[in-house]
This record gives sequence, structure tokens and C-alpha cells, in this order.
Amino acid sequence: MKEEILYEIKGLYRDDFRVKGYRFGGGENSVCIMGSMRGNEFQQIYVCSQLIQKLKQLEEKGKIVDGEGILVIPCGNPYSVNVKKRFWTIDNTDINRMYPGYSLGETTQRIAAGIFEQIKDYRYGIQFASFYMPGNFVPQVRVMKTGMENIELAKQFGLPYVVLHHPRPFDTTTLNYNWQIWETDAFSIYTTSTSAVDKESAKQAVDAVLNFLSKQGIIQHRGYEGFISRVVESHDFVNVRTAFAGFFEKIAEAGERVDKGQILAKIVDPYTGDVRQEIVSPIEGIIAFAHNESMAYQNTAVYKLIAEENEA
Amino acid sequence: MDSQVMTIAQVQLPVDEVLKIQKHRLMPSGVSVDELEKSGKRISVVTGIHGDELEGQYVCYELSRRIGEHPEALCGIVDIYPAMNPFGIDNITRGIPAFDLDMNRIFPGNHHGDMNEHIAAEIIKDMEGTNLCLDIHASNIFLTEVPQIRINELHKDILVPIAMKSNVDLIWVHGASTVLESTFAYSLNNRGIHTLVVEMGVGMRITEDYGNQLVDGIFALMADMGIWKGDVPKVRMPVVSNDETGNDVYYLNAPFSGIFFKERSHGSMVQAGERIGCVVNPLTGELLSEITAPGDGWLFTIREYPVVEEGSLMGRILKKSALEGMGH
Ligand SMILES: [Zn+2]
Repeated sequence: MKEEILYEIKGLYRDDFRVKGYRFGGGENSVCIMGSMRGNEFQQIYVCSQLIQKLKQLEEKGKIVDGEGILVIPCGNPYSVNVKKRFWTIDNTDINRMYPGYSLGETTQRIAAGIFEQIKDYRYGIQFASFYMPGNFVPQVRVMKTGMENIELAKQFGLPYVVLHHPRPFDTTTLNYNWQIWETDAFSIYTTSTSAVDKESAKQAVDAVLNFLSKQGIIQHRGYEGFISRVVESHDFVNVRTAFAGFFEKIAEAGERVDKGQILAKIVDPYTGDVRQEIVSPIEGIIAFAHNESMAYQNTAVYKLIAEENEA
Repeated sequence: MDSQVMTIAQVQLPVDEVLKIQKHRLMPSGVSVDELEKSGKRISVVTGIHGDELEGQYVCYELSRRIGEHPEALCGIVDIYPAMNPFGIDNITRGIPAFDLDMNRIFPGNHHGDMNEHIAAEIIKDMEGTNLCLDIHASNIFLTEVPQIRINELHKDILVPIAMKSNVDLIWVHGASTVLESTFAYSLNNRGIHTLVVEMGVGMRITEDYGNQLVDGIFALMADMGIWKGDVPKVRMPVVSNDETGNDVYYLNAPFSGIFFKERSHGSMVQAGERIGCVVNPLTGELLSEITAPGDGWLFTIREYPVVEEGSLMGRILKKSALEGMGH
């Protein structure tokens, strides 16, 4: 393992801003794994740390195939993590909305450009991502439909779901999108949590990446075979929304199989405790996403379901 | 004259509060809305999409104050929307607090989407029938801008001639970008509702002179549309930069993290090599960098907020060549 500073900006009153990478093997730029880019993505850093542990062991045992190079970047934004702010410290911009970046531009454009310069020529790109809404996911690989996506490869992680996602205007500035445009096969992996470390789903994510690397002939590793992934389109998710705001009393969790008509959660009047709404499942299916905050606003998609009948 | 405050969107919040987006409608009595809209006589003045940009607050107030002085001169509909993002204004936040979301990236919204998407869709719906819309911004808390209108190249043929009458100092036509497709102005222009994006002054402050200048411009536009038959101030000729390729402007980005001292004001003419400011390190007492103009031109943006990081924008200069093309 080789630790390396990939990008750096001199700080004024803070320590210098540094993006560090950990390299394994050598030769080809085979796979790059990116962790957190936002200040609340603790799980994404944790997964990378656990992956680095495994890759160290594999390297010591000579199990990284000759000529294959792996780069892991646990965190692209330590400044925000250390002050517990989701986006960039001074101007609140999102590094993952700045790709491919611009080296003569503003600070976060420079950071994105600095990172992208180092990682754009990889064969495979894997990012541990987080969703813009607070909640828990059933583990999944997300692939953006740019016309260059490779679904068969996405299945080789062995995670329960491969989700195909049509890019919206603002998605064109994400790392995943730009990786694909630069001909890297790019995958975003969503584990259960974001700001809280979930060891079990972190382990599943590490196993999934090792599984993928072994199937691509980058490492020699026999372990977890995982699932036969089911491929779903993100617009096939059935959103279940709150009709009222209030306390969100969750009954059903991400990953659970639910029946049509089953009560998933309740919205409770915060002052009187009266039930304002019973949130009922409109279909039989699997909970792909569940809201995880105590309060919910009106119209919030507190659950996203995958319909049973769509099952291949 | 009829004057009415109307709620155009509302959402119940978790704990005993209703979030409302409101507008003030001013129109002559005894005429139907439909009739006025069909004869092209409805203008909408919008601000507060970014909660920390307050220059538009003055404009909204001054506009209704001046109309109120001569209600008999009003011949059309004036809709004033001072607070598209009430949470942001209350929290001194550019975006929508609690969601960490830039409201100007969620248009045209979705009636069946989440709370913010729903509000965005209701706002767009309320704009239907508007013949001209002004979306007033105040740069951000970092930069001060001369009064200007920014126009996406896709809409320039229609919008530049209108913007010429609005009494701003600069019209800046910029290249199209996918990301901007989710802005309020793009969504409206895309629907055929002519919308001008005004940027002026600086975040968190009110510059009365700029407010008055723009209000003068709004009256000129209203007169042109047949909405106002009262006195109309004379408007200035703006500089027009057709900058679709991005070659008209020098961008001054900080070479180091430090504290920026500005030495020139926005709106000044500068010459190549002339000092605009400097970046220093107060801890060590070092002068880190002198910031000079890379070429002759017009400093139309200057950094107001002193803390900079490597890359932070400190100013923009419209190149002399772009000014000369205009006969300025
Ligand atoms: Zn703004």
C-alpha cells in the first residue's frame, strides 16, 4: 500500500486541505474507489477504511493480480467532514456537482478538477454515494443511463439491486456521470446509511467490491458470492408520500417485504399525539428506501417501494 | 385600483405553522384579469428565491409605493412576489434550510413531488398569463455587482431588446448550460413567459441607488407594455456583452487562501497591470499576492467578502474590446 496526496490547497487558518489516496498493486489504472465527498458521509469513509484493511491483507498475500492497480480515496472533502457541514465550508457548494471541474475556476471546481485529473483514466470507477433525502436504503448499485452504461458489469457486485437512473439536468456534473463520459465504467454503491456507521452494510459493500474485483481478474479472492441482482429502473420505484406533516413513527424498515394495504408508518400530531395519517403500502413489494428522521414534512416520499410483480 | 395580498402556495409544517408563498396584486378596478393578460398587460416582479439576497426587497416596496402615489396611472396587472423562499429569508440562508437545497435548481417543480417541488410547481402555475417577469437577485454575499441582466443565449433574440429598456448598466448574454435548465427563469422562458434575471448589489444588504435605478426601469417597461400611463424616467443605455463563448470577461480568482482587501470599486474602469486589491496573511504579516487587472476593461464585479480560498472569485472585468464593440 502506498499513501499519496492527490490534491492539496494551502489553508489560511486551517490545516492544508488534502485529498489522500491509497494505492495497491501497480501498472494499469484498473479501478478507482471513491468515498465521501460531502461532510455527512461518514459511512462512505468507513466503508473505504474497511476496504483498505482487506486490500492490505490481499496485497501482503500477493493476491493482487500483476499489473492491476487499485486506488482508494476515502474522502474527497475532509474540510467539510471535520466541521460537520454537508457542503463546502465557505460557499456551501457541492463538490459532487462540480465535475469534471475547472482547474482555473472557483475552489470546489478546482478540487473536482484536481481529483478528476487523477481518477479519470481508470477502467472502473466505484463511488460510495449518498442520497439527498435522509433515510436508509436496501443496498444497491446505481448506474446512470448515459448510453455508455454496462448493466451486466453492475450485476457482478452481487448486491440485491441494480438501479438504472436517468440523469436529470443537475446529474451531468456528478462524478459518476463524468466518469462514464470519459469511458470509465462507473457505479455508485448505496449502503444502508450515511451519517451513522452501519457495520453490517459496510461489510456487505466491502464484500461486493471484492467480489467485483475478483470477477474482473484484478484480485484473487474467494468469498461472498452475493445475490443475483434484480435490475430496476429508478422511475419504477413507487413513492409513498406523507399527506400530512408531523412525527414520523416508522413501522416498516428498508429491505422489508410488505403487502398491499400494510401499514408502514404513522404520522402523529406533534402536540396532541393524534394519528394524522396511517401510511399504507399501495402495492406488494420490497422497501428500497425508508425515511429515518423523527419528523416528516408534508408530501415527503418516506418510502420507495419496488413492486413484486416486476420481479423477473 | 384594486390591491390584494394572495397566497399562491401553502404547505402545513410539522409543528403549528403554515408555510405560505404570497404575492401582492395591484390592478385597475373594474377590468378582468383575463382581459388584461390577453392584451399583454401583466408584469410579475419576483425576488427572494435566494434567501440572503435582499436587494429586491427595496424594489418590491418602492414599486408598490410609487404605484400607490398615482393609482390612476395603472392600466395593467402588477404582481409582486417578495419572498419565494421565506425560510431562507428568515434564516439568512441562500438555499432552503432543512433541505440544503438551492431553490433555483428545482424548477419547473412537480405537483406530486416533495414539499419544495410542489411549491415550485405552484409558483410556475401562478406565473401563467404573465407577459413579462423580472427575477431579481443580489449576486451573493461574496460579490458586489453593477445592476445587470443575465440572459441565456437560447433566449437572447427575444430578451435582449426588452432588457435594453430596463435601465440596467449591463446585459450579459452567457452560454447555455444543462445545469441552468432547472432555474426559475429558464423554466419560464422555456414556456414562452419572457423572464429577465436581474443581478445587482450584494447579498445581505440593500443598495438604495440600485433599487431606485431598477424601479425606474420597471416603470419604463410597464409604460412600454401599456401597464403604466404616468411619468416615466429616462432610461440609460446598457453595455451589451454577447459572451456566449465566454471570451468577453477576465475572471480574477484568488491564487492563495488569505484575506482580500479590495482597492477598487465595482463599476470602475481599470487598466492592464492596475492594482485592484491584494491577498494577505494576517497571521504572518505577509503580502501573499497583489491582484492586478490582466487587461484594460470595466470592473463590473468585485469581491466584498474578505475571506478567500485558493480559487475564490475576486472580480470580473469586461474586456475593453467588448466595450468598444458597443461604441462605449
Ligand atoms: Zn440569486
